[in-house]
Amino acid sequence: MTSKPAKISVQGVTKTFALGRDTFTALDDVSLDIAEHEFVTVVGPSGCGKSTLMNILAGLETPTAGRALVDGATVSGPGPERGVIFQQYALFPWLTVRQNVEFGLRTTGVPKAERRARAEHFIELVGLERFADALPKTLSGGMRQRCAIARAYAVDPSILLMDEPFGALDALTRVTLQEQLLETWSQDRRTVLFITHDVDEAVFLANRVIVMAARPGRVYDVIEVDPAIERDEAFRLSPEFAALRNRVWHSVYHQEGRTAAPAAAGSATT
Amino acid sequence: MSVLDKRRAGPRHPAGGETTPAADDTGPPDAKKTAAERPGTGRRGLPLALNAVSVALGIALWWALASAGFKLPTPPEVVSRAGTLIEDGTLGEDVLASLTRVLIGFALGTAAAVPVGFLMGWYGIARGLMEPWIQFFRTVPPLAIIPLAVVVMGIDETPKIFVIFLAAFLACVISTFQGVVNVDRTLINAARVLGAKDAVIFARVVVPASTPFILVGMRVGLGSAWATLVAAELIAAQEGLGYRMQNAQLYYDLPTIFVGLISIGILGLLMDRILLLAERKLTGWQERR
Repeated sequence: MTSKPAKISVQGVTKTFALGRDTFTALDDVSLDIAEHEFVTVVGPSGCGKSTLMNILAGLETPTAGRALVDGATVSGPGPERGVIFQQYALFPWLTVRQNVEFGLRTTGVPKAERRARAEHFIELVGLERFADALPKTLSGGMRQRCAIARAYAVDPSILLMDEPFGALDALTRVTLQEQLLETWSQDRRTVLFITHDVDEAVFLANRVIVMAARPGRVYDVIEVDPAIERDEAFRLSPEFAALRNRVWHSVYHQEGRTAAPAAAGSATT
Repeated sequence: MSVLDKRRAGPRHPAGGETTPAADDTGPPDAKKTAAERPGTGRRGLPLALNAVSVALGIALWWALASAGFKLPTPPEVVSRAGTLIEDGTLGEDVLASLTRVLIGFALGTAAAVPVGFLMGWYGIARGLMEPWIQFFRTVPPLAIIPLAVVVMGIDETPKIFVIFLAAFLACVISTFQGVVNVDRTLINAARVLGAKDAVIFARVVVPASTPFILVGMRVGLGSAWATLVAAELIAAQEGLGYRMQNAQLYYDLPTIFVGLISIGILGLLMDRILLLAERKLTGWQERR
């Protein structure tokens, strides 16, 4: 990247899991830098360690070797500057939408009045004001994910880590939420690391698409998407989009030596 | 999770019996709400009617068997005996004595089981230390403890309450433990990334998430407590429903035995309904099938 220091820096991260008597290498010497305000998507076949990478950045797992840095400091646990959005929404089912959104504010000791106001603001932002006092079980999948997004935004993180957030949603809801996410992002420019298995989604959202390969998990390819492009329906249907999509598709589905042992053991660094 | 997980499956829906239709993921919530109300009214009446019919048929069958010469008292005989026993205060005293034993034993058992279950579910060390004992005592029926309890604790209330306590405790501790073990990892992670530390995660995630399991454990524990009561009252009791029935057995007094049985059944059912009500109040957030 340029002279700007990386917001997120992954340096030679390896993660192995014990799998019976064997060890499974989820990530093999992965390095990458993400600049502030960048929107990076990570796409790859299952088992490429993309969720592991996110969990390490979230501070939920520790790397076996190497280190992950956020704002220049090694990640040693979860932190309020990193908001995480999970695929399974992970809403607390016994709390209402409002209580869910306020959860992070309560744990960080925000006074009640401010908590209320901030929760209100973010519930409105995701369009759930009519459902503020509803329990998650009464919400549709898209609404649940919007609630989860509001909950992550409420603690005002400078980084959003999103693990296939729209993976369980139908195509229509997914497109709507993608556009809403970009709209919010274009205003606040939080740094986003967005994990997906959907090539279209990866291309549409990203400034940069990182393609990972599996067994062992590693960075396989990096595809830049011109940040100047307007992300709208025209882009989605444009030949440029199709070309990018082709490239990413190829990278994901026709990886050299996919079934063979580590082909490119070294990682592609940006 | 070893032997403990033979506790019932279906962790999300331990209550059973609920008729609330599942809120599916896709439909608009408003439509769901009306869908939930519509069949609710129709469906509630039918099982009640079926229950009444079933009870009536059962009584009729009993009556028929009694008239056919089986050694059974007829329903009127039992009702009139119940009347006598209520009038002279015997039934009241017996119910009070039995209820006191069950409630004390059950309350103590539950009160001990919940923290122990939490400790076992949350801390590997606690699990390792306590699991063998719990497994061991689970295989020994509480009734088999009675001879020991009598020798060690004498013949007053203590051994009776102790075996009831043990029965309730064992049923509830395993369910609680299972509840803590089953707490969705994602929810714990979600709490962690929102800045929650262990104490907060425990109080605001683990406790509410395991509440349905605890309540199921309490219901099972209550059943065990009643089941143990009669045998516990074998131990030189002076009153109590179990004692009254054993006493009646000596005199071949079948109506009294029936009054005792029916009283125990009704009391157990009432207490179970109260717990079920609490369960609905406390765990209404669950998605039920």
